[in-house]
Amino acid sequence: MSTSTRPPESAAPSLLAGSVEQPTFGEAVSNYVRKVRGGDMGSLPAILALVVLALAFYALRPEKFFSALNIANLFQQGATVTVIAMGLVFVLLIGEIDLSAGVTSGVCGATLAIALTKWDWPWYGAVAAALVVGVVIGTLLGTLVARVGIPSFVTTLAAFLAFQGVVLLMIGTGGNISITDNVIIAIENKNLPPWLGWALGAVAVLAYAGASLYGWSQRRARGLLSAPLGVIIAKIAAVAIAVLGLVAVLNQERSVNPVRSIMGVPIVIPLIAVLALILGFILTRTAFGRHIYAVGGNAEATRRAGINVPAVRTVCFMICSTMAAFAGIIAVSRATSVDPNAGGSNVLLYAVGAAVIGGTSLFGGKGRIIDALIGGAVIAVIDNGMGLLGYSSGVKYVVTGGVLVAAAAVDAISRRRARATGRL
Amino acid sequence: MTQAAYAAPNQAPPPILEVRGGRKNFGAVHALRGVDLVARAGEVTALVGDNGAGKSTMIKCIAGIYGFDAGEVLFQGEPVNITDPAEANAMGIEVVYQDLALCDNLDIVHNMFLGRELKKGIQLDEQAMEARAAEVLASLSVRTVRSIRQHVASLSGGQRQTVAIARAVLWNSKLVILDEPTAALGVAQTEQVLQLVRRLADAGLAVVLVSHNMNDVFEVADAINVLYLGQTAAQVRTKDSSRSEVIELITSGSANGNAAAPALSKTTPTANGSNPA
Ligand SMILES: Nc1ncnc2c1ncn2[C@@H]1O[C@H](COP(=O)(O)OP(=O)(O)O)[C@@H](O)[C@H]1O
Ligand SMILES: [Mg+2]
Repeated sequence: MSTSTRPPESAAPSLLAGSVEQPTFGEAVSNYVRKVRGGDMGSLPAILALVVLALAFYALRPEKFFSALNIANLFQQGATVTVIAMGLVFVLLIGEIDLSAGVTSGVCGATLAIALTKWDWPWYGAVAAALVVGVVIGTLLGTLVARVGIPSFVTTLAAFLAFQGVVLLMIGTGGNISITDNVIIAIENKNLPPWLGWALGAVAVLAYAGASLYGWSQRRARGLLSAPLGVIIAKIAAVAIAVLGLVAVLNQERSVNPVRSIMGVPIVIPLIAVLALILGFILTRTAFGRHIYAVGGNAEATRRAGINVPAVRTVCFMICSTMAAFAGIIAVSRATSVDPNAGGSNVLLYAVGAAVIGGTSLFGGKGRIIDALIGGAVIAVIDNGMGLLGYSSGVKYVVTGGVLVAAAAVDAISRRRARATGRL
Repeated sequence: MTQAAYAAPNQAPPPILEVRGGRKNFGAVHALRGVDLVARAGEVTALVGDNGAGKSTMIKCIAGIYGFDAGEVLFQGEPVNITDPAEANAMGIEVVYQDLALCDNLDIVHNMFLGRELKKGIQLDEQAMEARAAEVLASLSVRTVRSIRQHVASLSGGQRQTVAIARAVLWNSKLVILDEPTAALGVAQTEQVLQLVRRLADAGLAVVLVSHNMNDVFEVADAINVLYLGQTAAQVRTKDSSRSEVIELITSGSANGNAAAPALSKTTPTANGSNPA
C-alpha cells in the first residue's frame, strides 16, 4: 500500500491556475446574457424599472422631475427607507424577516429626541444612545428567533405592535418632540460645499478604479480566471459618469428663493454611501459575510461546517435593528421632530419592497447591499413622481403595493427558473 | 470469512480509527447496539448493511454530530471523545455526508473552504483559496468542472460529490468518511467517484466508504465491515471473502450458520489470523 504524500501536497501542476483561457469582452457579455436568461437577473429588473419610471415621470412632468431640486429631494425622501432596507438585506439573506424594523427606527428616533431635548445630551451622546437601543433590540429579536426558536414572522410581528406602544409611551399620545440640534438637523437639511462634493466624488471614483484594477491585475498575475480588462474599464467608466454626473447636478443652484442659495450634495448621501460600503464589505469580503450566505443557502450544511449558526442569525438581526436606528436618526433629522407614528404606516413595507425590488430574495441566500440602494431608488421615484403628478397617498400605496408584489413574483419565478437551469 | 485477519499481520498498516462497542439511542430507538470498526491508513474500509442498519448514524457519531452514548473510540491509538464536528475536523476526520452538505448558492471555492476560510487580516483571501482549490481538484485529477467559480447548484451529481470529496481532502485530513457517495449517480459518474475514492486511499489516507452496492464495495474496498440491525456482524478482508458471504452477513447478521456475536471478528494487528470459527 502506497504511503506517498497526500494529494494536496503533491506538486501536481494546477489544472486551472496558469492555464485558464481568459474570456474575451464578447464572451464576457454573452456569459452575462446567458446568466440572466438562466434566471440570475440580479438588479436588472429594478434598474429597468427605474429607467422606465424616470422616463415616464419626465415625460409627464418635464420641467419638474429631472430638476436639481427634485433629484436632491429624491435622495432626502428615500434615505430612511433605503437605510432600513440595507439592514433588512441581512435578515432576508438568512431567510428570515423583520417586520418591526420600521417601528424600531421609531423607538430609536424617539430615544434620540428625548436624549437631545429632555436630557440635554450632546448630539453624539444622543446618537450613541439611539444606536445602543437598536443593538439591544436586535439582540433581543435575534435571540428569540435563533435561540428560543420562535419564527421570525411572529417574533417581529409581536415586536411591531409592542414597539408602537413603546413609542407612544415615550412621547405620549398626541405628543410631538421637536429638536433643535444643528448637527442632527444638518443630516437631512444641509449640503456639502460644492468643492467637497467634487472632492469626495473624485476620491470615490479613483478608489473604485484603483481597487478594481488592482484586483484584476492580481488575479491575472496568479493566473486565475478574471473578467476582460474591457469589462473592468467599462464598469469604471459607468461608475465615474454616475458619480460625477450626480455631483454636477447636485452642485447646481436649486433654490427657488433668489435670496437663499441651496447647492451641493445633501449630507445624507455620503452618509448612506459610507454605511453601504461598510455593510457591503462585511457581506462580500469577510468570512462572517460568507457564513451569512451559507446559512441562507443551507443552514444544516453550515452547521456541519463548524459554523455557529445561531450566532450568525443573531448578529444579522442586530445589524438590521442597528441600521433601523440609523434610519430613525435620519427620519428625526428630516422632520426635525418625532411623533408617535414614527416608523409606522408604510415605512417597513417600503423598506422590504426596496430590498426585494432590488433583487434580494425572500427565500434567503441571495441578496446584496446594492439591491437596497437600487430598490430604495425605485420606491423613492414612485413616491416622488406620483406626488408630482398630484396623486393621493391612497393611489401611491396601491401602486407601491403592486410593485412589491411584482418584485416578489419576479423573485419567485426567477428562483424556479434558476432551479431548473441549475443556477441558484 | 472466519479467516478474516491478515495473512501477514505484521505488515498491516496501523489503524487510524477504532470503534469498540459503540452504542447510540434515540429515545427508545436503539440505533446502534454495539458497533466495532477498524479503519487503516492507505485502505478503503467499506461499511455495509441494509437500510436502517445504522450506517449513517454510526458515521455521525464518529464525526461528532451526535457522539456515542457508550463505547470506546480510538484515534491513532489514543482514546478520544468527539462531541462536535469542529473537533473531529481539527483531528483530521472529514465526512462527506449522504445528503451532501453543500450550499447551492455558493460557488465551488466557497463551499470547499466553508467554515475554514483563508484570510488576509480581516479580509477573505479569495485568490489564495481559489488557487488552492484549483490545485486540489487538479491533484485529484478532476477535469470535469468548467469553472471553480460556478455555483454548486449548476453541477451534476457526480461533480457535486467530487466537490464534497475535494472539500474533505483540502485539509490535513487523516480519515475521510464517505456516506453512500455513489447512491445517486449514473454508471460513468459512479466509476469516476470510485476511482477518486481509491486514489485517496492510495495517497495514504484512511477511507471509510459507506455503501449499499456490492459491486462498488468489491471494486475498491480492502476491508468490509458489516452492520446488521445496529450491531457489527463482522469486519472481513475483501480478498478473503466472497460476495455471497457478505450478502448473507448483511441479510442475516451471520455467515456459515454462525450467530452474529461470535462472528464479531476483530481484525486488529495482533489477531494472528486465527479467529474462532
Ligand atoms: N435522529 C434520529 N432520531 C431517531 N431515530 C433515528 C435518527 N437517526 C436514525 N434513526 C434510526 O436509526 C436507525 C438507523 O438509521 P441510519 O443510520 O440512517 O441507517 P442507514 O444509514 O444504515 O440506512 C433507523 O432505524 C433510523 O430510523
Ligand atoms: Mg444512510
